[in-house]
Amino acid sequence: MKRRAFLVSLVMLMVMVTTLAVAGATSEAEADSEVFRIAVVMPSATTDTAFSQSMWSALVTVQEAMGGEEAVELVYSENMFIVPDAAAALRDYASQGYDLVIGHGSQYGTIIEDLAPDFPETAFAWGTDVNTFGLDNVYAYTAAAEQGGYVNGVIAGLMTQSGTIGVTGPVEVGDARTYVTGFYQGVRSVNSEANVAETWTGSFSDVALMTAAAQTHILNGADILTGSSQSVVGSIGAALEAGDVLWFGTQAEQTTLAPDIVVASQVYDWSMMLMEIVENAQSGVYGGESYILTLENEGLKIAYNEGVDVPAEAVEAAEAAIAGIIDGSIEIDL
Amino acid sequence: MSELLSANVLTGMLNTMLTLATPLLFAALGETFSQRSGVVNLGVDGIMLLSAFGAFYVVLTNGSLFLGLVVAMLIGIAMGAAMSFVSVTMKAEQGVSGIGLQMFGLGMSSLLFKVMVGTVKTVQGFPRVRIPLLAEIPFLGPILFNNNVLVYIAFALVPICWYVLERTTIGLAIKAVGQNPAAADSRGINVDLVRYGSVCFGAMLAGMAGAAISISTVNLFQDNLTAGQGFIAVALVYFGGWTPVGVMFGALLFSVANSLQLWLQVLGVNVPAGLANMLPYILTIVVLTISVSRGKAPAALNRPFLRGEN
Repeated sequence: MKRRAFLVSLVMLMVMVTTLAVAGATSEAEADSEVFRIAVVMPSATTDTAFSQSMWSALVTVQEAMGGEEAVELVYSENMFIVPDAAAALRDYASQGYDLVIGHGSQYGTIIEDLAPDFPETAFAWGTDVNTFGLDNVYAYTAAAEQGGYVNGVIAGLMTQSGTIGVTGPVEVGDARTYVTGFYQGVRSVNSEANVAETWTGSFSDVALMTAAAQTHILNGADILTGSSQSVVGSIGAALEAGDVLWFGTQAEQTTLAPDIVVASQVYDWSMMLMEIVENAQSGVYGGESYILTLENEGLKIAYNEGVDVPAEAVEAAEAAIAGIIDGSIEIDL
Repeated sequence: MSELLSANVLTGMLNTMLTLATPLLFAALGETFSQRSGVVNLGVDGIMLLSAFGAFYVVLTNGSLFLGLVVAMLIGIAMGAAMSFVSVTMKAEQGVSGIGLQMFGLGMSSLLFKVMVGTVKTVQGFPRVRIPLLAEIPFLGPILFNNNVLVYIAFALVPICWYVLERTTIGLAIKAVGQNPAAADSRGINVDLVRYGSVCFGAMLAGMAGAAISISTVNLFQDNLTAGQGFIAVALVYFGGWTPVGVMFGALLFSVANSLQLWLQVLGVNVPAGLANMLPYILTIVVLTISVSRGKAPAALNRPFLRGEN
């Protein structure tokens, strides 16, 4: 009886694991030796309207620019929030001979550092960070999120009526922290009286807690909210429910989530960087360089929502801030 | 710091507490029934996820909140039946079966979301229902009587569950099966049937917990929406000493701590965010340590029943 129970447990576990695997990994095209093959491992879904979607959208753009599925094969593993699972997926992709293997998350850095020496003719890329570990087959990338944060902050500082602005962050690390730092300084540059309150939920994925954080800001009088990570969909939902609260986004274009309240989004565009990495890899340069998306190199863009009226004064101030950041007259302290 | 004690902040904090506690309460009450019958269902989080998706999808496509809730409950019952079949009929290891169910719910909800919806979309969830007169009571009125219907149902279930467990023959059978299944069997109680019923009822409430998130709290679906709340709910059953009232206090304590840490941050109280984030978990561990020492766990918890071998 015990043996039967064990076998039943084992079979059930195998079925469940298979379901997870099917849900987590999807191939856009079959393997073909002629095509350039790219694999990416991401901590959330390709449709998260945030960090992972920004990378996936850029990869699709690169694929289209280089001739479609016949020229570039894309595969991905999403929702790899368990780092050991991500490590296994990254090693699998490298073993299968993918030309470029991307670990899209700062938590994957040590995995890439460990993995890359075993596959010297595979190009690896990871972010957000600038550390290539001194390896010549590792690229690193990050975004100067504070720049778009500053611009969003300038607009928010000029649009707030209550004088209270809420920031809903996940964990105080990486581009989430730098975005908020830039946002705070942007608000203060135009509105020294504004109260910018921060909450950090301690999780990148806890949507319910992020919703509660946003509701707390709203109860505290905030009429403008912003935040970073895939869990901010909860914040946007809370702002939407409140009816009179505006939202500023980052990482990806978030207007589609709430067309009536999203004022502007800082959009990460990794496509130019990826194009360069692919071309390098095709010519035998597998790494050794780091990239930073900025407003100047157009890796960062501010996408305005035409559905929300932004005062002309705020638009002018935002454009001046962009110009100032690019020419160096505005410096953001990190 | 004194701002924390203002009426506005206290009202907001307690209101957030009720919202956060609702899914935990549904799931933990359900798990209480399951565990009182002797079955530990670690698949609660997976049930919540798949039910949350089912409810969300129905509301997205059909617009009916009631139908969404019913679908969530049916998904819960179906997954509870699967858990029962594996752990009660086939006598499989309950822990492994539960984890398998959790992984199934996580993967399947993610897969269905990708195939059937594709990207994050919002829906109109259950609106707040202001109860006339009661909501006018100073201070407590707006906190207790201005919530959505699932909050009211969750807290109404506490005395109902207590009554069923403590004052009915069904409750007596559930407890007997969880305490001494051989003795219950000798008294003519169908042990497997009682465990099937308890696990399925518990899973149905876990389904409501999922709906309480996707069509009541956040009004959207996203991968891994529950973020492990199902496991917190299982811990709350131990925390609450396997009683509905204890479970309710556990859910409220965990949620008020979460609400408090958010308000501490919003008000700019000089507490590091990381430390504030730990507050609910520290409290849970402390009280869990105390409650476990009370030793109220059903004696046959986690033990399959085999006639003649128990």
